[in-house]
Amino acid sequence: MAKSSSQLKDEILKRRSQPKEPAAPVTDESDLARLRKSQPRFRGLEAGHRACQGCGEALAARLVTEAAGPDVILTNATGCLEVFTTPWPQSAWRLPWIHSLFENSAAIASGVEAALKAQGRATKVIAMGGDGGTFDIGFQALSGMLERQHNVLYVCYDNEAYMNTGIQRSGSTPHAAMTTTSPPGKERMGKRHLKKDLLSIIAAHHIPYAASASVAYPADIRRKVRRAVSITGPTFLLIHSPCPLGWGFDSERTIELARLAVQTGLFPLVELERGEITGVMPIRKPRPVADYLKIQNRFRHLFVEDPRALKEREHLQALADHNIDQYGLAGEGADPLDADGADTVRRGGLVD
Amino acid sequence: MNRPPTRPNIPNNLAPIATELSNLLTGDWRAERPVVDRDKCVKCATCWLFCPVQCIVEMPAWFDVNYTTCKGCGICANECPHRAIAMIQESEVAA
Repeated sequence: MAKSSSQLKDEILKRRSQPKEPAAPVTDESDLARLRKSQPRFRGLEAGHRACQGCGEALAARLVTEAAGPDVILTNATGCLEVFTTPWPQSAWRLPWIHSLFENSAAIASGVEAALKAQGRATKVIAMGGDGGTFDIGFQALSGMLERQHNVLYVCYDNEAYMNTGIQRSGSTPHAAMTTTSPPGKERMGKRHLKKDLLSIIAAHHIPYAASASVAYPADIRRKVRRAVSITGPTFLLIHSPCPLGWGFDSERTIELARLAVQTGLFPLVELERGEITGVMPIRKPRPVADYLKIQNRFRHLFVEDPRALKEREHLQALADHNIDQYGLAGEGADPLDADGADTVRRGGLVD
Repeated sequence: MNRPPTRPNIPNNLAPIATELSNLLTGDWRAERPVVDRDKCVKCATCWLFCPVQCIVEMPAWFDVNYTTCKGCGICANECPHRAIAMIQESEVAA
Protein backbone atom coordinates (compact mmCIF):
# COMPACT_ATOMS: atom_id res chain seq x y z
CA MET A 1 0.00 0.00 0.00
CA ALA A 2 1.62 3.21 -1.14
CA LYS A 3 1.34 6.30 0.98
CA SER A 4 -1.08 8.90 -0.24
CA SER A 5 -0.07 12.49 -0.76
CA SER A 6 -1.80 13.66 2.45
CA GLN A 7 -0.09 10.97 4.54
CA LEU A 8 3.30 11.95 3.14
CA LYS A 9 2.54 15.58 3.79
CA ASP A 10 1.70 14.83 7.43
CA GLU A 11 4.93 12.89 7.78
CA ILE A 12 7.00 15.69 6.33
CA LEU A 13 5.34 18.31 8.52
CA LYS A 14 5.89 16.11 11.58
CA ARG A 15 9.54 15.61 10.73
CA ARG A 16 10.06 19.34 10.24
CA SER A 17 8.49 20.24 13.57
CA GLN A 18 10.94 18.01 15.46
CA PRO A 19 14.30 19.49 16.45
CA LYS A 20 17.06 18.36 14.18
CA GLU A 21 19.75 16.09 15.48
CA PRO A 22 23.22 17.28 14.55
CA ALA A 23 24.69 15.09 11.84
CA ALA A 24 27.51 12.84 12.89
CA PRO A 25 30.77 14.55 11.96
CA VAL A 26 32.80 12.95 9.23
CA THR A 27 35.90 11.97 11.11
CA ASP A 28 37.80 10.25 8.39
CA GLU A 29 38.09 11.56 4.86
CA SER A 30 38.02 8.02 3.54
CA ASP A 31 34.53 7.49 5.05
CA LEU A 32 33.12 10.14 2.77
CA ALA A 33 35.03 8.80 -0.19
CA ARG A 34 33.79 5.30 0.50
CA LEU A 35 30.22 6.54 0.81
CA ARG A 36 30.47 8.33 -2.52
CA LYS A 37 31.89 5.25 -4.18
CA SER A 38 29.20 2.98 -2.77
CA GLN A 39 26.45 5.20 -4.22
CA PRO A 40 27.41 5.61 -7.85
CA ARG A 41 25.20 7.86 -9.93
CA PHE A 42 23.79 5.82 -12.75
CA ARG A 43 23.54 7.74 -16.01
CA GLY A 44 21.32 6.20 -18.66
CA LEU A 45 21.81 8.98 -21.19
CA GLU A 46 25.35 10.28 -21.66
CA ALA A 47 26.48 13.80 -22.44
CA GLY A 48 27.42 14.30 -26.08
CA HIS A 49 23.98 13.73 -27.60
CA ARG A 50 22.78 16.19 -30.23
CA ALA A 51 19.74 17.71 -28.57
CA CYS A 52 19.20 21.45 -28.99
CA GLN A 53 20.25 23.81 -26.24
CA GLY A 54 17.77 23.68 -23.36
CA CYS A 55 15.97 20.55 -24.61
CA GLY A 56 13.26 19.49 -22.17
CA GLU A 57 13.01 16.02 -23.68
CA ALA A 58 16.71 15.25 -23.12
CA LEU A 59 16.33 16.27 -19.48
CA ALA A 60 13.19 14.16 -19.04
CA ALA A 61 14.80 11.10 -20.67
CA ARG A 62 17.83 11.49 -18.42
CA LEU A 63 15.68 11.73 -15.27
CA VAL A 64 13.55 8.72 -16.25
CA THR A 65 16.52 6.45 -17.01
CA GLU A 66 18.29 7.57 -13.83
CA ALA A 67 15.26 6.70 -11.74
CA ALA A 68 14.49 3.41 -13.48
CA GLY A 69 18.02 2.10 -12.95
CA PRO A 70 20.34 -0.06 -15.04
CA ASP A 71 18.19 -3.22 -15.31
CA VAL A 72 16.03 -1.84 -18.10
CA ILE A 73 15.45 -2.32 -21.84
CA LEU A 74 14.31 0.72 -23.81
CA THR A 75 12.23 0.83 -26.97
CA ASN A 76 11.87 4.10 -28.79
CA ALA A 77 9.44 5.51 -31.33
CA THR A 78 10.76 7.72 -34.11
CA GLY A 79 11.17 11.30 -33.03
CA CYS A 80 13.62 13.83 -31.68
CA LEU A 81 14.74 11.49 -28.90
CA GLU A 82 15.61 8.72 -31.34
CA VAL A 83 17.35 11.07 -33.78
CA PHE A 84 19.50 13.08 -31.40
CA THR A 85 20.69 10.15 -29.29
CA THR A 86 21.57 7.60 -31.97
CA PRO A 87 23.13 8.90 -35.19
CA TRP A 88 24.69 5.68 -36.51
CA PRO A 89 27.25 4.39 -35.52
CA GLN A 90 27.07 6.30 -32.27
CA SER A 91 24.76 6.02 -29.30
CA ALA A 92 24.32 8.14 -26.20
CA TRP A 93 22.50 5.41 -24.28
CA ARG A 94 24.13 3.29 -21.60
CA LEU A 95 21.15 0.93 -21.74
CA PRO A 96 19.94 -1.66 -24.29
CA TRP A 97 17.91 0.36 -26.75
CA ILE A 98 15.90 -0.47 -29.87
CA HIS A 99 14.09 1.56 -32.49
CA SER A 100 12.06 0.22 -35.38
CA LEU A 101 9.29 2.48 -36.68
CA PHE A 102 7.24 5.51 -35.72
CA GLU A 103 4.07 3.66 -34.74
CA ASN A 104 5.26 0.52 -33.00
CA SER A 105 7.25 1.47 -29.90
CA ALA A 106 4.56 -0.09 -27.69
CA ALA A 107 4.28 -3.17 -29.93
CA ILE A 108 8.05 -3.81 -29.78
CA ALA A 109 7.98 -3.34 -26.02
CA SER A 110 5.17 -5.92 -25.84
CA GLY A 111 7.31 -8.40 -27.77
CA VAL A 112 10.42 -7.73 -25.70
CA GLU A 113 8.40 -8.16 -22.53
CA ALA A 114 6.89 -11.44 -23.75
CA ALA A 115 10.37 -12.76 -24.64
CA LEU A 116 11.76 -11.79 -21.23
CA LYS A 117 8.77 -13.47 -19.57
CA ALA A 118 9.41 -16.68 -21.52
CA GLN A 119 13.02 -16.59 -20.34
CA GLY A 120 11.96 -16.00 -16.76
CA ARG A 121 13.76 -12.70 -16.43
CA ALA A 122 12.60 -9.72 -14.42
CA THR A 123 14.16 -6.96 -16.52
CA LYS A 124 11.80 -4.00 -16.85
CA VAL A 125 10.85 -2.74 -20.30
CA ILE A 126 10.31 0.97 -20.90
CA ALA A 127 8.70 2.12 -24.14
CA MET A 128 9.27 5.73 -25.07
CA GLY A 129 7.79 8.07 -27.62
CA GLY A 130 7.14 11.69 -28.33
CA ASP A 131 3.65 13.08 -28.44
CA GLY A 132 3.29 12.35 -32.16
CA GLY A 133 4.30 8.72 -31.63
CA THR A 134 1.88 8.42 -28.73
CA PHE A 135 -1.16 10.63 -29.28
CA ASP A 136 -1.50 10.06 -33.04
CA ILE A 137 0.67 7.55 -34.86
CA GLY A 138 1.48 5.00 -32.18
CA PHE A 139 -1.85 5.15 -30.46
CA GLN A 140 -3.32 1.83 -31.54
CA ALA A 141 -0.16 -0.05 -30.56
CA LEU A 142 -0.23 1.70 -27.18
CA SER A 143 -3.90 0.89 -26.64
CA GLY A 144 -3.27 -2.74 -27.54
CA MET A 145 -0.32 -2.96 -25.17
CA LEU A 146 -2.39 -1.59 -22.30
CA GLU A 147 -5.31 -3.88 -23.10
CA ARG A 148 -3.11 -7.00 -23.18
CA GLN A 149 -1.71 -6.07 -19.76
CA HIS A 150 1.98 -6.22 -20.72
CA ASN A 151 4.41 -5.43 -17.92
CA VAL A 152 5.74 -2.29 -19.60
CA LEU A 153 6.13 1.35 -18.58
CA TYR A 154 5.22 3.65 -21.47
CA VAL A 155 6.73 7.14 -21.20
CA CYS A 156 5.44 9.89 -23.47
CA TYR A 157 7.56 13.03 -23.77
CA ASP A 158 4.96 15.65 -24.59
CA ASN A 159 6.42 18.63 -26.44
CA GLU A 160 3.11 19.40 -28.13
CA ALA A 161 3.97 19.15 -31.85
CA TYR A 162 6.03 17.16 -34.37
CA MET A 163 9.26 19.00 -33.52
CA ASN A 164 11.61 16.61 -35.31
CA THR A 165 10.11 17.15 -38.76
CA GLY A 166 9.63 20.90 -38.44
CA ILE A 167 6.92 21.79 -35.93
CA GLN A 168 3.73 20.40 -37.48
CA ARG A 169 0.59 20.25 -35.36
CA SER A 170 -0.16 17.01 -33.51
CA GLY A 171 -3.08 15.77 -31.45
CA SER A 172 -1.26 17.14 -28.43
CA THR A 173 -0.80 20.72 -29.68
CA PRO A 174 -2.81 23.02 -27.40
CA HIS A 175 -5.70 25.07 -28.73
CA ALA A 176 -4.75 28.30 -30.56
CA ALA A 177 -1.03 27.44 -30.80
CA MET A 178 0.84 28.42 -33.95
CA THR A 179 2.66 25.65 -35.80
CA THR A 180 3.80 25.45 -39.41
CA THR A 181 0.57 23.61 -40.31
CA SER A 182 -1.73 25.72 -38.15
CA PRO A 183 -0.63 29.28 -38.89
CA PRO A 184 -2.72 32.16 -37.54
CA GLY A 185 -4.28 34.47 -40.12
CA LYS A 186 -7.56 35.76 -41.44
CA GLU A 187 -9.34 32.42 -41.22
CA ARG A 188 -8.23 31.15 -37.83
CA MET A 189 -6.13 31.87 -34.74
CA GLY A 190 -3.66 28.98 -34.70
CA LYS A 191 -4.86 25.45 -34.07
CA ARG A 192 -8.65 25.18 -34.15
CA HIS A 193 -9.03 22.02 -32.13
CA LEU A 194 -8.47 21.13 -28.52
CA LYS A 195 -5.54 19.19 -27.09
CA LYS A 196 -6.43 15.50 -26.93
CA ASP A 197 -7.17 14.45 -23.37
CA LEU A 198 -4.92 11.40 -23.52
CA LEU A 199 -4.88 10.72 -19.77
CA SER A 200 -8.65 10.19 -19.77
CA ILE A 201 -8.32 7.76 -22.67
CA ILE A 202 -5.57 5.92 -20.79
CA ALA A 203 -7.74 5.95 -17.66
CA ALA A 204 -10.50 4.22 -19.63
CA HIS A 205 -8.16 1.22 -20.05
CA HIS A 206 -8.21 0.84 -16.25
CA ILE A 207 -4.48 0.11 -16.06
CA PRO A 208 -2.81 -0.14 -12.63
CA TYR A 209 -1.05 3.22 -12.78
CA ALA A 210 -0.99 6.27 -15.02
CA ALA A 211 0.39 9.70 -14.21
CA SER A 212 1.41 13.03 -15.68
CA ALA A 213 4.65 14.75 -14.67
CA SER A 214 6.68 17.79 -15.64
CA VAL A 215 10.42 18.37 -16.11
CA ALA A 216 10.16 21.27 -13.65
CA TYR A 217 9.60 18.77 -10.81
CA PRO A 218 12.41 16.17 -11.00
CA ALA A 219 11.69 14.68 -7.56
CA ASP A 220 8.11 14.13 -8.67
CA ILE A 221 9.24 12.42 -11.90
CA ARG A 222 11.61 10.19 -9.94
CA ARG A 223 8.90 9.15 -7.50
CA LYS A 224 6.41 8.42 -10.27
CA VAL A 225 8.90 6.41 -12.35
CA ARG A 226 9.93 4.30 -9.35
CA ARG A 227 6.30 3.72 -8.49
CA ALA A 228 5.47 2.73 -12.08
CA VAL A 229 8.49 0.42 -12.41
CA SER A 230 7.62 -1.36 -9.15
CA ILE A 231 4.15 -2.28 -10.44
CA THR A 232 3.61 -5.48 -12.45
CA GLY A 233 1.40 -4.54 -15.36
CA PRO A 234 1.05 -1.73 -17.86
CA THR A 235 1.82 1.75 -16.58
CA PHE A 236 1.85 5.10 -18.35
CA LEU A 237 3.67 8.35 -17.73
CA LEU A 238 3.09 11.62 -19.60
CA ILE A 239 5.95 14.10 -19.16
CA HIS A 240 5.55 17.73 -20.20
CA SER A 241 8.84 18.75 -21.83
CA PRO A 242 9.12 22.23 -23.37
CA CYS A 243 10.86 22.69 -26.73
CA PRO A 244 12.69 26.03 -27.06
CA LEU A 245 12.85 25.79 -30.85
CA GLY A 246 9.26 24.80 -31.52
CA TRP A 247 7.58 26.96 -28.90
CA GLY A 248 9.78 29.97 -29.49
CA PHE A 249 11.41 30.95 -26.21
CA ASP A 250 14.92 31.41 -24.87
CA SER A 251 16.64 28.13 -24.03
CA GLU A 252 17.31 29.11 -20.40
CA ARG A 253 13.58 29.36 -19.64
CA THR A 254 12.73 25.67 -20.24
CA ILE A 255 12.20 24.86 -16.57
CA GLU A 256 10.50 28.17 -15.84
CA LEU A 257 8.00 27.52 -18.63
CA ALA A 258 7.29 23.94 -17.58
CA ARG A 259 6.65 25.19 -14.06
CA LEU A 260 4.30 27.91 -15.32
CA ALA A 261 2.28 25.34 -17.30
CA VAL A 262 1.65 23.50 -14.02
CA GLN A 263 1.01 26.62 -11.95
CA THR A 264 -1.55 28.01 -14.41
CA GLY A 265 -3.46 24.72 -14.49
CA LEU A 266 -2.91 24.11 -18.20
CA PHE A 267 -0.93 20.94 -17.50
CA PRO A 268 -2.34 19.24 -14.38
CA LEU A 269 -0.06 16.78 -12.56
CA VAL A 270 -2.28 13.87 -11.58
CA GLU A 271 -1.98 10.19 -10.70
CA LEU A 272 -4.56 7.61 -11.73
CA GLU A 273 -4.92 4.06 -10.44
CA ARG A 274 -7.32 1.76 -12.29
CA GLY A 275 -8.83 4.85 -13.85
CA GLU A 276 -9.52 6.63 -10.56
CA ILE A 277 -7.73 9.83 -9.55
CA THR A 278 -5.61 9.03 -6.50
CA GLY A 279 -3.29 12.00 -6.29
CA VAL A 280 -2.84 15.50 -7.67
CA MET A 281 -0.21 18.17 -7.18
CA PRO A 282 -2.22 21.09 -5.76
CA ILE A 283 -1.62 24.63 -6.97
CA ARG A 284 -1.01 27.12 -4.19
CA LYS A 285 -2.14 30.18 -6.10
CA PRO A 286 -3.20 29.63 -9.72
CA ARG A 287 -1.51 32.08 -12.05
CA PRO A 288 -3.22 33.65 -15.06
CA VAL A 289 -2.57 31.76 -18.30
CA ALA A 290 -1.30 34.96 -19.94
CA ASP A 291 1.88 34.62 -17.82
CA TYR A 292 2.55 31.31 -19.56
CA LEU A 293 1.40 32.32 -23.05
CA LYS A 294 3.14 35.64 -23.47
CA ILE A 295 6.70 34.33 -23.28
CA GLN A 296 6.15 31.91 -26.16
CA ASN A 297 6.34 32.78 -29.82
CA ARG A 298 3.71 30.21 -30.75
CA PHE A 299 1.07 32.27 -28.88
CA ARG A 300 2.22 35.74 -29.95
CA HIS A 301 -0.84 36.22 -32.19
CA LEU A 302 -2.97 36.17 -29.03
CA PHE A 303 -1.38 39.42 -27.86
CA VAL A 304 -2.32 41.76 -30.70
CA GLU A 305 -5.21 44.21 -31.13
CA ASP A 306 -7.84 41.76 -32.31
CA PRO A 307 -11.16 40.74 -30.70
CA ARG A 308 -10.49 37.14 -31.73
CA ALA A 309 -7.18 37.15 -29.80
CA LEU A 310 -8.94 38.24 -26.61
CA LYS A 311 -11.58 35.55 -27.14
CA GLU A 312 -8.94 32.82 -27.55
CA ARG A 313 -7.12 33.98 -24.43
CA GLU A 314 -10.37 33.77 -22.48
CA HIS A 315 -10.92 30.33 -23.98
CA LEU A 316 -7.52 29.10 -22.78
CA GLN A 317 -8.13 30.58 -19.33
CA ALA A 318 -11.45 28.71 -19.23
CA LEU A 319 -9.64 25.48 -20.15
CA ALA A 320 -7.19 25.99 -17.26
CA ASP A 321 -10.05 26.76 -14.85
CA HIS A 322 -11.83 23.63 -16.04
CA ASN A 323 -8.71 21.54 -15.29
CA ILE A 324 -8.50 23.05 -11.80
CA ASP A 325 -12.17 22.23 -11.16
CA GLN A 326 -12.11 18.78 -12.72
CA TYR A 327 -9.06 17.51 -10.84
CA GLY A 328 -9.52 19.57 -7.68
CA LEU A 329 -6.16 21.30 -8.06
CA ALA A 330 -6.91 24.32 -5.87
CA GLY A 331 -4.81 23.87 -2.72
CA GLU A 332 -5.82 24.95 0.77
CA GLY A 333 -3.08 27.30 1.89
CA ALA A 334 0.63 26.62 1.80
CA ASP A 335 1.57 22.99 1.31
CA PRO A 336 5.11 21.55 1.11
CA LEU A 337 3.99 19.34 -1.77
CA ASP A 338 2.13 21.83 -3.95
CA ALA A 339 3.31 23.41 -7.20
CA ASP A 340 5.30 26.06 -5.29
CA GLY A 341 6.47 23.98 -2.32
CA ALA A 342 7.86 21.08 -4.35
CA ASP A 343 10.06 23.60 -6.07
CA THR A 344 11.85 25.40 -3.25
CA VAL A 345 15.57 25.53 -2.67
CA ARG A 346 15.52 22.15 -0.96
CA ARG A 347 14.26 20.69 -4.26
CA GLY A 348 13.90 17.43 -2.45
CA GLY A 349 10.20 18.14 -2.28
CA LEU A 350 8.97 14.65 -1.79
CA VAL A 351 11.22 12.19 -0.02
CA ASP A 352 11.48 8.85 -1.77
CA MET B 1 17.08 -18.65 -15.37
CA ASN B 2 15.99 -20.90 -18.17
CA ARG B 3 17.42 -19.32 -21.29
CA PRO B 4 17.23 -21.14 -24.60
CA PRO B 5 20.60 -21.84 -26.21
CA THR B 6 21.73 -19.31 -28.80
CA ARG B 7 21.12 -20.54 -32.33
CA PRO B 8 24.22 -20.77 -34.50
CA ASN B 9 24.72 -19.05 -37.86
CA ILE B 10 22.66 -15.96 -37.10
CA PRO B 11 24.07 -13.11 -39.18
CA ASN B 12 25.20 -10.18 -37.11
CA ASN B 13 24.29 -7.49 -39.62
CA LEU B 14 20.48 -7.77 -39.53
CA ALA B 15 20.04 -4.25 -38.21
CA PRO B 16 22.37 -1.34 -37.64
CA ILE B 17 23.73 -1.51 -34.12
CA ALA B 18 25.48 1.43 -32.52
CA THR B 19 29.10 0.51 -32.11
CA GLU B 20 30.46 3.47 -30.20
CA LEU B 21 29.26 5.68 -27.40
CA SER B 22 28.60 9.20 -28.58
CA ASN B 23 31.78 11.20 -28.34
CA LEU B 24 30.54 14.39 -29.91
CA LEU B 25 31.97 17.34 -28.01
CA THR B 26 29.16 19.86 -28.04
CA GLY B 27 31.14 22.57 -26.28
CA ASP B 28 31.69 24.46 -29.52
CA TRP B 29 27.94 25.11 -29.92
CA ARG B 30 28.17 27.60 -27.10
CA ALA B 31 27.75 31.36 -27.43
CA GLU B 32 27.68 32.06 -23.69
CA ARG B 33 29.40 30.08 -20.98
CA PRO B 34 28.21 29.59 -17.40
CA VAL B 35 30.74 30.64 -14.76
CA VAL B 36 30.24 29.55 -11.16
CA ASP B 37 30.89 31.97 -8.30
CA ARG B 38 32.48 29.67 -5.73
CA ASP B 39 31.67 31.96 -2.80
CA LYS B 40 27.96 32.01 -3.53
CA CYS B 41 27.59 28.30 -4.37
CA VAL B 42 25.99 26.32 -1.53
CA LYS B 43 26.04 22.96 -3.32
CA CYS B 44 22.28 22.57 -3.52
CA ALA B 45 22.75 20.65 -6.81
CA THR B 46 19.90 22.47 -8.55
CA CYS B 47 22.11 23.06 -11.60
CA TRP B 48 23.19 19.41 -11.62
CA LEU B 49 19.55 18.33 -11.46
CA PHE B 50 18.31 20.52 -14.31
CA CYS B 51 21.23 20.26 -16.75
CA PRO B 52 19.98 18.47 -19.89
CA VAL B 53 23.49 17.38 -20.96
CA GLN B 54 24.87 16.52 -17.50
CA CYS B 55 27.88 18.76 -17.87
CA ILE B 56 27.82 19.85 -14.21
CA VAL B 57 30.70 18.33 -12.23
CA GLU B 58 30.76 17.98 -8.48
CA MET B 59 33.79 19.55 -6.79
CA PRO B 60 34.68 19.50 -3.06
CA ALA B 61 32.92 22.77 -2.21
CA TRP B 62 31.12 23.87 -5.36
CA PHE B 63 29.71 22.63 -8.63
CA ASP B 64 31.67 23.30 -11.79
CA VAL B 65 30.92 23.04 -15.49
CA ASN B 66 32.51 20.70 -18.00
CA TYR B 67 33.09 23.05 -20.93
CA THR B 68 33.76 20.26 -23.43
CA THR B 69 30.08 19.24 -23.45
CA CYS B 70 28.23 22.32 -22.13
CA LYS B 71 25.98 23.70 -24.88
CA GLY B 72 25.43 26.98 -23.04
CA CYS B 73 21.64 26.79 -22.74
CA GLY B 74 21.67 28.84 -19.52
CA ILE B 75 19.17 26.75 -17.55
CA CYS B 76 21.63 26.46 -14.64
CA ALA B 77 22.08 30.24 -14.43
CA ASN B 78 18.32 30.81 -14.63
CA GLU B 79 17.43 28.22 -11.99
CA CYS B 80 20.26 28.79 -9.47
CA PRO B 81 18.46 29.93 -6.29
CA HIS B 82 21.55 31.84 -5.08
CA ARG B 83 22.37 33.46 -8.43
CA ALA B 84 25.83 31.91 -8.22
CA ILE B 85 26.09 31.22 -11.96
CA ALA B 86 26.62 33.99 -14.51
CA MET B 87 26.42 33.63 -18.29
CA ILE B 88 29.43 35.27 -19.96
CA GLN B 89 29.90 35.83 -23.69
CA GLU B 90 32.46 33.45 -25.15
CA SER B 91 34.02 36.37 -27.04
CA GLU B 92 34.73 38.11 -23.75
CA VAL B 93 36.50 35.10 -22.28
CA ALA B 94 40.25 35.47 -22.57
CA ALA B 95 41.55 32.63 -24.66
